[in-house]
Order: sequence, then structure tokens, then C-alpha cells
Amino acid sequence: MTAVSMPAFAAPPSWLSGAVVRVVLGFAVLSLLSGALDAPDLFSRGGIAATLRFSAPILLAGLGALWAERSGVINIGLEGMMIAGTWFGAWAGYQWGIGAALLAGVAAGTAFGLVHALLSVTFGVEQAISGLSLNLLAAGLTRFLSTITFATVSGGSITTSPPVPDFPTLSLPGIDALLAPVDRANVPIVSDAAAVVLGLLTDVSVLTIAVIALVPLTWWVLWRTRLGLRIRAVGERPDAADSLGVRPWRYRYFALGVSGGLAGLGGVYLVTVASSLYREGQTAGRGFIGLATVIFGNWNPWSVTLGSLIFGFTDALRIRQELTVGVLLVGLGALGAVVAIRRGLGRDWRGAALFGVPAAAMLVWFWVVRVVPSEFVSFAPHLTTLLVLAFARQRLRPPAAVGVPFRRADAI
Amino acid sequence: MTRLRSAALILIAPLLAFALALVVALAILELAGVNAVAVLGDALAYGLRSETLVAVTNKAVPYYLAGIAAAVGFHLRLFNIGIDGQYRLAAFAAAVIGAAVSLPAPLHVALIVAVAMVVGWGWAAIAGLLYVRRGVNVVISTIMLNAIASGLIAYLLSPQRLAQQAAGSNNITTATIPETGWIPAIPTPAGDVNGLLVLAAFVGLGYWLVLHRTTLGFEVRAMGLSQRAASVAGIGAPRLALLTMAASGAIAGLVGLPQLLGASHRFGLDFPSGLAFTGLSVAILGRNHPVGVAIGALVWALLERSAQVLDLAGVSKEIVTILQAVIVLSIVVAYELVRRVRARQERRYVARAVEGAAA
Repeated sequence: MTAVSMPAFAAPPSWLSGAVVRVVLGFAVLSLLSGALDAPDLFSRGGIAATLRFSAPILLAGLGALWAERSGVINIGLEGMMIAGTWFGAWAGYQWGIGAALLAGVAAGTAFGLVHALLSVTFGVEQAISGLSLNLLAAGLTRFLSTITFATVSGGSITTSPPVPDFPTLSLPGIDALLAPVDRANVPIVSDAAAVVLGLLTDVSVLTIAVIALVPLTWWVLWRTRLGLRIRAVGERPDAADSLGVRPWRYRYFALGVSGGLAGLGGVYLVTVASSLYREGQTAGRGFIGLATVIFGNWNPWSVTLGSLIFGFTDALRIRQELTVGVLLVGLGALGAVVAIRRGLGRDWRGAALFGVPAAAMLVWFWVVRVVPSEFVSFAPHLTTLLVLAFARQRLRPPAAVGVPFRRADAI
Repeated sequence: MTRLRSAALILIAPLLAFALALVVALAILELAGVNAVAVLGDALAYGLRSETLVAVTNKAVPYYLAGIAAAVGFHLRLFNIGIDGQYRLAAFAAAVIGAAVSLPAPLHVALIVAVAMVVGWGWAAIAGLLYVRRGVNVVISTIMLNAIASGLIAYLLSPQRLAQQAAGSNNITTATIPETGWIPAIPTPAGDVNGLLVLAAFVGLGYWLVLHRTTLGFEVRAMGLSQRAASVAGIGAPRLALLTMAASGAIAGLVGLPQLLGASHRFGLDFPSGLAFTGLSVAILGRNHPVGVAIGALVWALLERSAQVLDLAGVSKEIVTILQAVIVLSIVVAYELVRRVRARQERRYVARAVEGAAA
């Protein structure tokens, strides 16, 4: 027995180094562009910090979706679990502090996750119906609870909670003194790079750090422990797992509990770090975007993280200056043009048109109007999600049993 | 006898679900600190007055259309959450074009209906293509498309573009459609019933006919029962999925028309939204059958209408949302339990028959 190749799943994928090169190149081009077009906001320190803050809840939803789908259950109820996390997090948080917020938000998400398990695993209900109903249930329940709690205390209303305390923040000591002058010096590319480092390493919430740590933790549990192997086995071939004594129901319940807990944590993040109170509709579809990151990330936690960063970046655009979005438009247009020319050189005319026409449209738009209307910016993450799902070139391989309720062959 | 028993079993599921919803309602009302039984009695009395029933019918017409749109997708397990974006975009486009042209009455209405269906069809086809070509889950793509549709409408529905400030209110609306593009109401002693009720009835009939009297409908039903068997028989899954999704969108395009042609005659900020989940719910309630969906739509409208009494009693009418979610969840569970009981009965029946034949 020599040279037994290890299965390559979910180790940091081989294209990651290529992706890093591309990210660095793209950063350099955009940095030059934003300098040339006089939109310094694109890689400002605040902007990068905002990207991190907007990515974290999407990442949590993405990891939640990953746990559920690896066990073979699609969790469309993530949005509702996140809503439950925001409400219960805020409710406990404004009264008893951040520790209670964390506990209550995660517990609420987990409870919803277990209800989803009861419906979809025990009763074999269509998973999409169960998930969608839970979203509705969470929205209605929180609205009702707000009327009998937040609406009756000072500082709160039917749609908002009183202020919720924030988690403490950390900075890498000395980095500010070292890089802040570089940031201010306005050297092309270098200053922007300094701003990125500063944005990532100063005033980072403790909860953000914990969220980032959940990525390797998820990978380790799912791919390096017996529990994880069983969860994944149940998501691929539940009948085979069952025949070896691994009960699919048990692991799906567990995975959905974790999934809901992660989404609930995402809700807590929204009410504490990303803002400072509960507001109705705060989740704004992030649970669904999280589901999309899992497809984008091919059911792999590392790629899910990359996807959340992309979506978080576009999500953070809505708080940027208007011209900044224009810079991105030019960047995307240029990228599309490059791809179109390469396709054209390879005589792939359809591909050339597919990329060339939108690219030209983006460049013309910028030439004529300069500014992207705020209404369009508001759906930037959703459009990005769609475009990425439509055009990302990769071989997708979902868990084989995802979406299929498990019943033993002799059961009715 | 067995037929009667199986009919009874089918009825048990919704009855169980509503019983559970009733218990939840009582619990919530008690939690809110009001006399639960009295409030529910008031709500029921209000809901069954004849004026209320007319209002309920009018409310149920768009619900029914949304329900049929959802039911079309259900046959292939396509969950069209995009009904929302599809009908809002469709109604917006139909309102703008309908107000811009002048045509004789039947043509004008036909144009508006055609525009609405085409826009709904096209918007749903995007999700259909993504599903067929890229395997993108329809729920996810249609939710993204809903957000994009909302953004597009928000952009276009502004006084600088395709709309105007309504006189004497904060509302921003498109121009009013000329009277040739209106559909008159059906007068009844208790009030006016929306004329689009007729359209809804035709859509329901057409849905049933296509599903049960055409090859296409047969293919859809076969694919829904067993994808493998259907594929072996030469039915193309991708083509059918795309077709179904687009058809669902075209019907969804009609959802806004009762409001547009029969009531407001223009598209404004106050145009109803969020009917996708209503459509899915009533389709589940009605088990995809045109008559069942009609009952589901009426029940849903009745629930929401009766809830207005709750506001008077000082309870948030949002509890209706909770009840609706509970009803959907308990009804799917109840259907599954009933299915298991029936399967067990059949197995016992077959076993007995085999024993009898052997003896």
C-alpha cells in the first residue's frame, strides 16, 4: 500500500492560492482606479471595517446552512432563525447585558432549528415548506412579542428595542502607530493596503473574532472528528449510515440545532456589533444570502467564507459614498471586458457576448451617469448573489442526500 | 365504504390543523391578557357578516391567483417564492403601459392583461433558466429576484421618472389608467364584488384542464410522481421545469390585476405586497386542486379580515401571521400522518387479501 491519496474534500482547496493572487491583483487595479477617479472611500479604513461587520452575519448564516446541508437537510428557515436571534438577543441584551444576549439569541435560533428538525426529519415534511413557514412564524412571533415588551418600555417601540450594549473591541497593539501615517500619506496602492490592514486589525469586536474562529472550528469538527464524519455520511448516504448503526435522525437533529444556533448568533451579531438595537426587518434576507454562499462555496467552509466576504463587501456599499459604487462599476466593467476579449480570441462568440454586453453597459452607464442610484445599491448583494450563482465557473457537488427526507425502506 | 373512509381521512388533516391553530390562538390571546373566548367569538361574528363576506371574497381573488401560480410550481417541487416580485413588477409595467395608451375597452384590458402575463413570465423564466442550467435552488434565486424587483420599482416609481405625487397624500403613484381599461365590479346586495373574480375562475378552470386533459399536463403530473419513471418514458425534465416555472410566473403576473383593473387603477407605494407566501400557503391548504385552493384562499382572507376585531380588543393583529404559520405547519404534518395511516391500512388490507387467497 503506497501513495494512498487523501480525499481532497474541504482541505483548503487548491484554487485558493490562485484566488489569493487574483484578489491581490484586483485590489491593486481597484485601488489605482479609485485614486484616478477621486473616490478615496473604496478602501478606506472605515469601509474595510464595515465590510467585516457586514460579512460576519452572512458568514454565520452560511456556516449554519453548511452544517444543515452537510447532514442532508436544506435549511430555508435560516432567515427566521436569524430573526429569532435578533429579537431574543436584543430582549435579553438590553436588560441583562451581552452575555445574556448571546445566550438568548443562540438558544432561540437553536430552538427554531430543532423545530425544523422535528418537522422535516421526524415528520418528513417538505423541507422548503417547513423552512418558509418557520420564517413566517419567526416574523409574526417577534412582531407580536414586541407589542407586549419593547412597546411598553421607554426607548423602545413596536418595531425597535431599547439600545443593546456592544461587545468590547480589540486592536493589535502598535499597528495604529505604525500604519496610520502610511494610510494618510496617499501613496497609490500602498496607502490603501495600509488602510485595509488597519481596518482588519484595529477596533475589531470580540464577537467578530469569535465568528472568524468558527470557520476553522467548523472545518475541524466536520472533517476531522468522528461526529463530523457521521454528519457528512448521513448527508450523503443515510441508508448506508443507518445500516452501520449511525442513526440519520439523531445527526440531522444535531446538525440542525447547530445550524439554528449559528443563525441565532448571526442575529445577536446584528443587534450588538453591526448596530446597537433590534429593528424589525433587520435581517434583510441575510439568511437567504447565507444559503447562497454555500452553493457559491461548493459546501466547503473556506469557500463559504470567501463568498461571505464578497457579499459583505457589496452589502457594505450602501453606506459608502455614491461615487465609490461607480468605481466598482468601472472595475467590474473592465473585468468583464477582459473576459470577453479572451473569449473572443478563443472564438467563443457567445461567451464574448455574454460578458461583453453587460461590461459595455456598465462602462457606458458610468460614462453617462457617473452615480449609481441608491435604489440599485440596495439590491447589490442580491444581484451579486444571482450573478455569482449564474456565472461562477466551478463544478458544484452538493451532498447527495440534501433535501431528501430519510425513511427506512421497510417503514411507511 | 373505503372511499368514504378515505374522504374522511383527507378532511381530518385540515380539521386537526385548525384545531391546533385554535389552541394556539387561545394561548396567545390569554398571554396578551384579554378574554380569549369572547374576542374569538367577536371575530367570528364579524367575519360572517354579509358585508364582511363580500370583502373577504374580494381579498380572496388575488390570493387564489397566487395560489394557482404556486400550485403550478408545486407539481415539480418548484417553490416559487418569486410570485411577489413577479406580480409587483408585472402590475407596475401593466399600470405604466395601460395608462400611456388609449384603446377601445376590450383591447385595452386585453393589452394590460397581456403585459402583466408577459412580464411575470419573463421574470420567472430567469429563475427557471438558472435552475435548469446551473441548478440554482429556485427559492434562493427568486428571493434575490424579489429584492431586485423591489429596487427596480422603487427606482422607477418616483416623480422624476414614471410616477407622480398623488394629490393630497404622501402616496406616489403611476398615472391612472383611462376608464376603457377598467373592469366593472359585479354588484350584489351586500356590496360590489371585484369583476376579476371571473378571470380567477377561468384561470382555475384552465389550470385544471391543462393539467388533466393535455399531454403537457400529463407529463407534469408524471414528473411530479416519479422523476425517474418520467425520464425513462422520455419526458425531458429541464424543458418541463423551465416551462412550469414560466407558466407559474405568467399566472403570478395576474395577481396584481384585481387591484389594478378592479379597484385602484394605478400602481402606488401602497400596492399590496408579500402575497407569495399567501399563495404557497393556500396551495398547500388546497392540495393543488383548483377547488381546494379556492377554499384555502377564502379561509386565508377570512382569517385576515376577522383579525381586524383584534385591534379593537387591543391585541396586535400580527398574531394572525403566527396562526397562519401554525396552520401551514400543522396541516403538512397532518397530511403526512394521514398518509402513513392510510399506507398502513392498505398494507394490512393487502396482507389479509393475500392470506385469504392462500387459504
